[in-house]
Parts: sequence; structure tokens; C-alpha cells
Amino acid sequence: MAGTLLFNALREAIDEEMARDSNVCVMGEDVGQYGGSYKVTKDLYEKYGELRVLDTPIAENSFTGMAVGAAMTGLRPIVEGMNMGFLLLAFNQISNNMGMLRYTSGGNFTIPTVVRGPGGVGRQLGAEHSQRLEAYFHAVPGIKIVACSTPTNAKGLMKAAIRDDNPVLFFEHVLLYNLSEDLPSGDYICALDQADIVREGNDVTILTYSRMRHHCLKAVEKLDSEGVDVELIDLISLKPFDMKTIAASIRKTHRVIIVEECMKTGGIGAELIALITEQCFDELDCPPVRLSSQDIPTPYNGQLENLTIIQPHQIVETAKQMIAKGV
Amino acid sequence: MKTSVTAGPHAERLSTLVSNKPAKVDSKTGLELFRDMTLGRRFEDKCAEMYYRGKMFGFVHLYNGQEAISTGVIGAMRRKHDWFCSTYRDHVHALSAGVPAREVMSELFGKETGCSKGRGGSMHLFSKEHHLLGGYAFIGEGIPVALGSAFTSRYKRDAQGDSTSDAVTAAFFGDGTCNNGQFFECLNMAQLWKLPILFVVENNKWAIGMAHDRATSEPEIWRKASAFGMAGEEVDGMDVLAVRGAAERALERARSGEGPTLLECLTYRYRGHSLADPDELRKEEEKQFWAKRDPLKGLESDLIKSGLVSEDQLRMIEKEIDQEVVDAVDFALAAKEPEPSELTRYIWAED
Ligand SMILES: Cc1ncc(C[n+]2csc(CCOP(=O)(O)OP(=O)(O)O)c2C)c(N)n1
Ligand SMILES: [Mg+2]
Repeated sequence: MAGTLLFNALREAIDEEMARDSNVCVMGEDVGQYGGSYKVTKDLYEKYGELRVLDTPIAENSFTGMAVGAAMTGLRPIVEGMNMGFLLLAFNQISNNMGMLRYTSGGNFTIPTVVRGPGGVGRQLGAEHSQRLEAYFHAVPGIKIVACSTPTNAKGLMKAAIRDDNPVLFFEHVLLYNLSEDLPSGDYICALDQADIVREGNDVTILTYSRMRHHCLKAVEKLDSEGVDVELIDLISLKPFDMKTIAASIRKTHRVIIVEECMKTGGIGAELIALITEQCFDELDCPPVRLSSQDIPTPYNGQLENLTIIQPHQIVETAKQMIAKGV
Repeated sequence: MKTSVTAGPHAERLSTLVSNKPAKVDSKTGLELFRDMTLGRRFEDKCAEMYYRGKMFGFVHLYNGQEAISTGVIGAMRRKHDWFCSTYRDHVHALSAGVPAREVMSELFGKETGCSKGRGGSMHLFSKEHHLLGGYAFIGEGIPVALGSAFTSRYKRDAQGDSTSDAVTAAFFGDGTCNNGQFFECLNMAQLWKLPILFVVENNKWAIGMAHDRATSEPEIWRKASAFGMAGEEVDGMDVLAVRGAAERALERARSGEGPTLLECLTYRYRGHSLADPDELRKEEEKQFWAKRDPLKGLESDLIKSGLVSEDQLRMIEKEIDQEVVDAVDFALAAKEPEPSELTRYIWAED
């Protein structure tokens, strides 16, 4: 069998959840007749009808707010950001009404919504289509943030996100939609709050998420051949972090590198390193290191774009240097 | 009433309203409307007193002068069945929706017995029980939420086959808010999908210190409905029976599947924008003009002239309301503060 492509794994998750619960619905730009810009909702319009798979006008803040109101009155909407970057226009609704409303209402309302779509740096899409909103949204209270990275976790996490009673920002990556993998059979779920230990090792912990998982895997292979034993952890949950798994790994390796695609300033790694410093300082043999994208708008030129984001060889060099210091 | 030129174009519109039929009410309903408006007025007066006595804090926006709109619209709707969505000027919408005065006052005092458990405050009143979708402190952001609630009504009926799903949502907001994108975006979607929603504009001429005609290219907001193929109506927002009449027509359209209505109510606020506003821009003549059209006095004279109620009945209601407001304050003063140990509760759905 050829395996399942990641976008189809997401599609299966949404299809199965819509079949299971008639309150689950999808809304966004071109999600219906067109099937979604990356075909994650292909054919669902025909199957479930125009209200359950709602093609909206291009009005991000308003249809996101509409999802909030629908969730407050009993539905479980999935909002697609055609590109997650466009949801900058929905910052108001995501922050104030998805994130904070349950609290300001003193528990009157819950907001079971999923906001999902393609994020990350693609191939020469230019600065505006190469945003990493997980960092921008990180400070908003009351929302969970997850990033999928394989067809298997994409499906299991999507199902968990739909069933969760909290708002979940669900990041897919434009360059991972065509990854292929055999999926576990049956109705499986991946926990939203659990990091994935991709590879166990003893020398250094690498923390990463989304597409950078695959860059790290390349680096790990090289490092392994040079005798460096990496423990590779895919964070999965960007908010809250699975500090239990992270701390256990650092207690074992005493060294940590964070590899991320967001920009360094105010990034995911910035918060993570702060928590590691607070919680694991005595376990560290050397300063933790962040490998992040440059603090610049992503350039169009392919060569410059590659220089903007972290490449596998930089991960290899950093790990080797860290070990070579002999601490 | 003769329109004075000095009161300006907003006031002049009252004399050129396309005439529309006011609601007919019996004495029971007339008394209910009077009670609701009196509660709104006296509750707000008490808030001002409590604010200046240091019992409530933050930005507090009072509704004095606009009572005919909350009472006229919500009073024509089905409480705990239809849905209501407000702004930061939300105390009276909450009361009209049936949230007990005790719960609203406690919220303003930041107490655990408040309708938002003291976590929301004046601009964030919520009550799921009373179908109050909330007070929203950013202008415009409540409109999409109301749209979502109207979407749920249609979804239940047409996607889930529940033929009893006929709840209508009313979204209240101001003239200044009608220059925000969410207003236009939601008018478009509501009409496109024929959603059961009333967009109720409370045009009180001012957005803090920005006069309406300095902020918008077409001051007659109800006309903007036609750009979306939507029904629009302008109404004297100081006349509760006129508002109720317009609301009844809009509700009939919404419940029969004909979709939304944009209802522009011409009104005026009798106090500053909030209790922190020195209110230095508005002209005395303008204030005088609108003071003479007090919606409570208007209803009183309508009811008495038509012989539906006696003056004694109205004075009795006022006495009862004064009692209710005093009771709400006593209750709120004595109520418990939220537990410090529960500071982080209500972030997540599970707690
Ligand atoms: C997004 C946003 N911008 C600015 C403000 C500050 N603000 C609060 S009320 C207001 C004026 C709104 O006027 P209007 O819509 O006419 O409502 P009214 O206060 O007259 O009831 C402004 C600018 C805000 N609350 N939200
Ligand atoms: Mg105004």
C-alpha cells in the first residue's frame, strides 16, 4: 500500500469526526466546492452539504468570530485559515473571543473550536505567505497550540483537537502535506499535550516541531554516524509545553538545542528556554542553544530563503560543538 | 414636536422619519415595558452613585436615554429562547434579557455572585442561562459572535433537521461601530445566508467625542442595508412602541426565513460616554432637545392617554423598582469576593 498523504490524513480525521458528531462543521475560504486550498476538505461539501462545509466570503475576522458565536451556542466549528498568515486579520477574534471569553464570562461559555491551516515557510512564497503565527499567538491565554508533523500525528491530533472543548490553534506546514505514511487502523487519537520522543539518546536533547522535525532527523542520522547519540523530541504541543517529557530528557542528556522555524525574537524557543532555565538550570552542563530563523521578512530569492531558516548541517555543527566543549 | 435647528441634523432626522407603525400593546404589556425601562434607568442612576462612592471601578458606560431600544427590542423577543449580544454599554441589555439586578450589580462590584463571577466587570456581562452572549469591550467584535449564534439557529434547522429551531439573535451596537469592517462583513454574510438576526444600531450621534456626521459618509445608517439587499428601517429610538413595532416586523421576517434586518434607532445618551468622560463637546441645546424626548416620559404619556394604565400604577412600579435596585446594591455589598485560590479557574473548559 502506498500509504496516506498528510493532507488526506487530516481529511480523514475531519470526515470521521463530522460523521460521528453532527455539531462538527467547517468554515472558511474555499473549503467547500473547491475542497480547500490544500485539499484538506476535498469532497466533504458534497458529502455533508453547504452549511456543514461553509464557503465564506474573504472576511477572516468576521468568520472567525462567527465560529466563536456558533461554538457558544452548541456547534463545534473548524475554521480553516487559507494560509495561517491571513489570520492576522482575525487576531482580534482569536485573542479576545476565542482565548479570553471563557474566562471573562466566568465560565458561562466554552468555545470548542479548531483553527487550522497551512503555516510555515514554503518554497519561495515571499514574506507574507511565510509567516509563523504560532509565535505571534503564543501569549494569548486560553488557547492550545499544536503543530502536526507526520500523517499519523496529523490525523490523531486533528481528531483530538475537534473533540477538545477548548479553542485549539492547529498548525500544518505547507511543505509537509505530501508526506506519506501508513496510518494506524481504527479510531485513534494522539494526546494534544504530549511531546513525541522521536528518537531516544543520551548525549544531547534536541527540541523541535513541525517541518524542522525532518531537518533534525537528517541531522540526527549524520550525528549518529559520527558517534553522537541524540534524543530528538517533537514538541507537538506548543502551548502548553510538555515540560514533564522535556525535563526528563534534560535530566538524562544535560544538554539542549532548540530547533525552530519561527524567528528568534519572541519565538517559541524564547519561551521554552526561559522555562528550561527556570526548571532545569541545575541539570544543564552548558548553556542551551536556539537555532531559529533570522529576524527578517522571509526573502523570495531561494538562496536567501535557505539562509533564513535553519538547515540540517547547522544542527550537526552545533551539536558537535556542544559535545566537543566536553562539559 | 418642532425640531430646533440648533440641535443639528441628527435631531432633525426625527421629523423626517419614514412613518412606521408603532406596536399595539395591552395594559399588561404596557406596564411590563414601563417596568423594564424604569429598571434600566434607575439601575444606571444607582451605578453612577456607586461609582462616585468608590464601589465600582474601571470604565462604566451608562445607558440613560436609550432605554426604549433595549426594552423595545428585547421585550418583543422570547427570553431564554432568542439570543442577545451587547457591547460595553451592556447593563440594561442584561436586565432586559432577564439577568437579575442582583447578578448584574454584583458583577459591577467584582463579586463572585456576579453574572460573570466577578471576572468580567461592567463591559463583560455574560449569562448563558439568559442567552446573553455577552458584553464586548472592543467595538464591533460582538457582531460576528451574534452572527454565529444566528448561524447555529439555521444550522440546527437546515443541517440537523430540527424544525423547532427558530431562535433569533439581536446584536446591539452604536453608530461609531458602523464604520468598522466587521459591521459590513457581517451584514453581507447575514443576508447571503438569510440568517435570523437583527442588527440594532443605537445611533446616539456620538462615538465618545466623534460626532457621527464627521465619521461617516452616509449618516443614515439604515440605508446601508440596501447595499446588501437587506431590509432596513429607521425608527424613533426614544419611542418604545415605535421600536417594538419595528422589532416585531423584523422578528417576523427572521422567523419566517426571510433573513436579517438592519434597524437604526435614533437616540441620545443622557450622560457622558462613560463615567470618566468630562462630556465637554456636546452642546447644551442638543442635550435640551433630547431631554425633552425622554423615552420614559413618552411611554408614560402614551399609556395614560390611551387609558390603558393609571398614574398610580406607574408610581407603584417606580417604588418597587427602587426597592429592587436597593436590594441589588445590598446584595452586592454583602456578597463574597472571588476566592484568590480560584484566580486561574475558567481558563480551560475543564475547570
Ligand atoms: C476596537 C476598538 N477601538 C476603540 C475603542 C474605544 N472606544 C470605545 S467606545 C468608542 C466609541 C463607540 O461609539 P458607538 O459605536 O457610537 O457606541 P456608543 O459608545 O455611542 O454606544 C470607542 C472609540 C474600542 N472600545 N474598541
Ligand atoms: Mg454612539
